[in-house]
Amino acid sequence: MAEEAHGAEEGGLVFHPMDQFIVKPLFGDGAVGMFTVTNVTLWMAITVLCIVALLVLGTSRRATIPSRTQSVAELAYGFIYKMVEDVAGKDAIPYFPAVMTLFMFIVFSNFLGLLPMSFTTTSHIAVTAVLAMAVFLFVTLLGFWKHGLSFLGIFWITSAPLVLRPILALIEIISYFVRPLSHSIRLAGNMMAGHAVIKVFAAFAAVLAISPFAIVAITAIYALEVLVSFIQAYVFAILTCVYLKDAVSDPHH
Amino acid sequence: MEGDIVQMGAYIGAGLACTGMGGAAVGVGHVVGNFLSGALRNPSAAAGQTATMFIGIAFAEALGIFSFLVALLLMFAV
Repeated sequence: MAEEAHGAEEGGLVFHPMDQFIVKPLFGDGAVGMFTVTNVTLWMAITVLCIVALLVLGTSRRATIPSRTQSVAELAYGFIYKMVEDVAGKDAIPYFPAVMTLFMFIVFSNFLGLLPMSFTTTSHIAVTAVLAMAVFLFVTLLGFWKHGLSFLGIFWITSAPLVLRPILALIEIISYFVRPLSHSIRLAGNMMAGHAVIKVFAAFAAVLAISPFAIVAITAIYALEVLVSFIQAYVFAILTCVYLKDAVSDPHH
Repeated sequence: MEGDIVQMGAYIGAGLACTGMGGAAVGVGHVVGNFLSGALRNPSAAAGQTATMFIGIAFAEALGIFSFLVALLLMFAV
């Protein structure tokens, strides 16, 4: 798709808005294989380095009066801790590090993707699908490990009338298995669409007649994207907590 | 020629599938609007329910995501 439209240079559109999502090898022009170092690898490494810099360097001095970096690190920790406690309950606190890791990784790769010339790793379904499948498998295995076969009770809603229960069980089973799908595509779709919109307006800025409008629009959409980047990471983490709650709480309530 | 018609049908279908995302937009607007009208009546209770609002948004959005998925499948997989 992207290659086809690439050559068409009409009305100032000199680049395709989806070109920014092409996975390229970092060295040379070979094919992308299983272990090729690509721009995705680079930006994931930068994401991890940024998180380590914020959390390790920020909290290494442990000052009573925190520096700005320490404040941000503590704020992020407290924010996620409170979310896990509120949404998933006290029983889920042992799994707080997993949620924290997911949230920090997603929020940093979303924000780094907003830098000009950068690459948004979370805009690829391959990346978010791995994260969502990890959550799905982790939650399912945890549920069976904690409750044994009675974990299946989350599909059998005892508070509903008996005639409705088989139908509800079917709906619950379907909604359980589409979780990783919606979980991953929500993040990838939001990131991809948002960044493509910025690029589309950037192409409009090259047309003289509408460039003032386009430049104002880019600024506004960029601000919206900063908000969306954070909210999508938050939504991913909060849904992880909702799924965790199924696994750790008693299935018959 | 036949391949072109199939391609055209796939693209039209992808466009039609995207109308489902409008439904998700209505749903999300409904959730947030009702949250806001409730929050303005009782602002002290609003802060504790923000997480619930986001869960509601996520579930309302999920069905719009499926129509987006159908559009993507028609564009790239069919």
